[in-house]
Amino acid sequence: MRKISIDKLYVLFSSIAESSKLYIPVDTKAGAKFEEWESGKTLSNALNTVRSTKDFFFPQTENLMDFKVEGKNIEIIDTRSESEDFVIFGVRACDVKSFEVLDRVFLSEPVDSYYKNRREHGVIISVACIKPAETCFCGTFGIDAADPEGDVVCYKTDDALYMDAKTEKGKKLLDSVSCLTDEADTKACDEQKELIHERFSKLPLANLSADAFGSGKTSEFFDAPEWRELSQSCLGCGTCTFVCPTCQCYDIKDFNTGHGIRRFRCWDSCMYSEFTKMSAGQPRLTQLERFRQRFMHKLVYYPTNNDGLFSCVGCGRCLSKCPIQMNIVKVMKKLGGKENAAN
Amino acid sequence: MQEIKREILISKAAELLESGVVDRVLGWKAGEFDYDVTPAMFHNADELEKEFVWNDFCGANFSKYLVNETGKSENKVLVFLKPCDTYSFNQLLTEHRFDREKVYAVGVSCNGMLDVNKIKESAESIASISMETDKVMVDTLYDGKITFERKDVLSERCINCKSKKHVAYDELLGEDGDVVDSSRFDEVEKLEKMTPDERFAFWQKELSRCIRCNACRDVCPACTCEKCVFDNPNSGIENKAAANSFEEKMFHIIRAFHVAGRCTDCGECSRVCPQHIPLHLLNRKFIKDIDNFYGEYQAGSEVGSRAPIVNYTTEDLEPGEAVERGDGNA
Amino acid sequence: MQINEYKPLIVAFCCNWCSYAGADLAGNNRLNYPADVKIIRVPCSCRVNPMFILRAFQRGADGVIICGCHPGDCHYTSGNYYTRRRMALLFSMLDYLGIERERTRVEWVSAAEGAKFAATMNDFVEKVAALGENKRLEDLRCKK
Repeated sequence: MRKISIDKLYVLFSSIAESSKLYIPVDTKAGAKFEEWESGKTLSNALNTVRSTKDFFFPQTENLMDFKVEGKNIEIIDTRSESEDFVIFGVRACDVKSFEVLDRVFLSEPVDSYYKNRREHGVIISVACIKPAETCFCGTFGIDAADPEGDVVCYKTDDALYMDAKTEKGKKLLDSVSCLTDEADTKACDEQKELIHERFSKLPLANLSADAFGSGKTSEFFDAPEWRELSQSCLGCGTCTFVCPTCQCYDIKDFNTGHGIRRFRCWDSCMYSEFTKMSAGQPRLTQLERFRQRFMHKLVYYPTNNDGLFSCVGCGRCLSKCPIQMNIVKVMKKLGGKENAAN
Repeated sequence: MQEIKREILISKAAELLESGVVDRVLGWKAGEFDYDVTPAMFHNADELEKEFVWNDFCGANFSKYLVNETGKSENKVLVFLKPCDTYSFNQLLTEHRFDREKVYAVGVSCNGMLDVNKIKESAESIASISMETDKVMVDTLYDGKITFERKDVLSERCINCKSKKHVAYDELLGEDGDVVDSSRFDEVEKLEKMTPDERFAFWQKELSRCIRCNACRDVCPACTCEKCVFDNPNSGIENKAAANSFEEKMFHIIRAFHVAGRCTDCGECSRVCPQHIPLHLLNRKFIKDIDNFYGEYQAGSEVGSRAPIVNYTTEDLEPGEAVERGDGNA
Repeated sequence: MQINEYKPLIVAFCCNWCSYAGADLAGNNRLNYPADVKIIRVPCSCRVNPMFILRAFQRGADGVIICGCHPGDCHYTSGNYYTRRRMALLFSMLDYLGIERERTRVEWVSAAEGAKFAATMNDFVEKVAALGENKRLEDLRCKK
């Protein structure tokens, strides 16, 4: 365990930024957001960022390749540039967990080389959440906010930042800044862990349970009459999908540039009427079906295919951003049977 | 705090359900917290009593829901409308988007709705919210109790409320107000007075945050096309995510233009934007220009009015002159 | 001394019944106007959707001009009156977004006004050339 005093934080940042790009959450007019650190930028104290950290590994739009057509020849141009190492500071426990959810999709065969490339070059510095928001419910999915995963795990107290390397990558990073940091014991961190646990136990959604859902529960929920009521006011926009750290659906499209073709991929949303449209049409014709798909995927289908791992991490972004305030918590409470009846 | 109490709305709804005038009620359902109310349908007095809410966060404009809802049943649906919602209601009727006969509209007077984001700026973690006449008391998880003046946490659209008058209803709860002399164009004017470079920088920055979630479009009561060009793979401009700054501008210019003359300035687009883009400033520019070039016009103030953009006179000003006049400096 | 050889690309939407014939007349009379003006024939100036204009800019246009019949002379009675209102609002919006107002224009040119057509194009090209490349409504993907 290493430590650095809080007022030296900018020295740490500038030292890391010397060798690789460093991203930290900063405050903007429209909420906190990850931005590349440069001198003068200070760490946000916001409870959460508006957009999730999935953007770093799975950007909203990404150029896959270009085609150049000349006569009967088609030249394929690989537009990938070799990714450079980058460091993300201040990732929350929920967001770190979301990388595991994404990894299982993108790193299983066939491996998504675009994603893998970024994943290999990214170093994740997580920070334990000392102040969870009222919308937080990561505990529901077995995530311990006091003990996040990540390459380096940090605990931020009023006067110091405690850092612990968990992986080779993390160790290398901490070694490179070892002259700035001091050896520390875990006392302050242990105290903070206790405080975090206490705070999480008092959150409004602390008792939300996902036990009713999970692997193989398709028949229990698919035809539930509650979907009609839950989905009736859904606008069909993509807000929940786009702020979600685990939503991983995308579309691949060709853009005619006038002098060639650019093949790119962009995030897609199961809430959209054009989602997975085939020559025969769109398989989910009503908003009810599309709405059901999103939550069944997170709570049933994904766990079925991934050893029971839920594809929701309880970050609470959809709770605060949905235009009509419908969200996974309301769905779980409505459908979740007696486990959630008391809440 | 809203003058009309929740109980009054519930008893009105229960009465209309009981007498068979309507068979369902479009209202707001309580959420997990004190501020996250969801539009929902109620079918009986029990449901109303248990879950119906009417508070300072019931901002959603229900007019657009009527397009789908009136197609579902032969029976009437009860809808509660705030003054600003009634303009959208009329505009949708003008465009023949729903059957007036299938709706029982109850106007509810409104004291303005709150913007939870403004509260969260200083009270990040909200444990509970309580109201007094002009005070909003927030109990936070970490910073104790914080009291706000109601006017400081009002939604932008309510600060610049254009009308307290209901322009459509079958029945009214509370006092009807008047059209208000609002200062809603002040921000537009401020932008007009900037240099083109400053304006460009302003919009570039604002629109660059767009994540193309389409919430602004999907919530907009003027956006009721069965198939939006931006969703249509055959339109040539369909795109699911804004690939670059051109597409951000394209989407928002075209959307604003498409609702120009039909936009009632209900402010839903800015309310729902997860990235806090001031989209109402685009719509208000069109409204201001239309007023300025072709005479005052308020979309939705009466059913059947012809919007200036689908009308003309032989003496209209030329586009070149319009640009000169539109910049507010002339 | 020539500082740069920049030549703007201009897209001109011309009404079939007037300015398109006007362009023909300019040609017949051997009146010069820059070859960088690409003419797109439309059945009436009111056929021009705001999207056409934005897409022209996206595809590399530096200026867009719409030419229609003189007010009162529309082949379809009133099409150009609608054009006038729509473009007034659209151009004002583009200006509001900080896009140079000189890049867009509406001109009324009849079939008999070959000289006016050439003069209009020469003037427009000159004004746009002074502004330089369209940077504010460009789509980088479409640049070579």
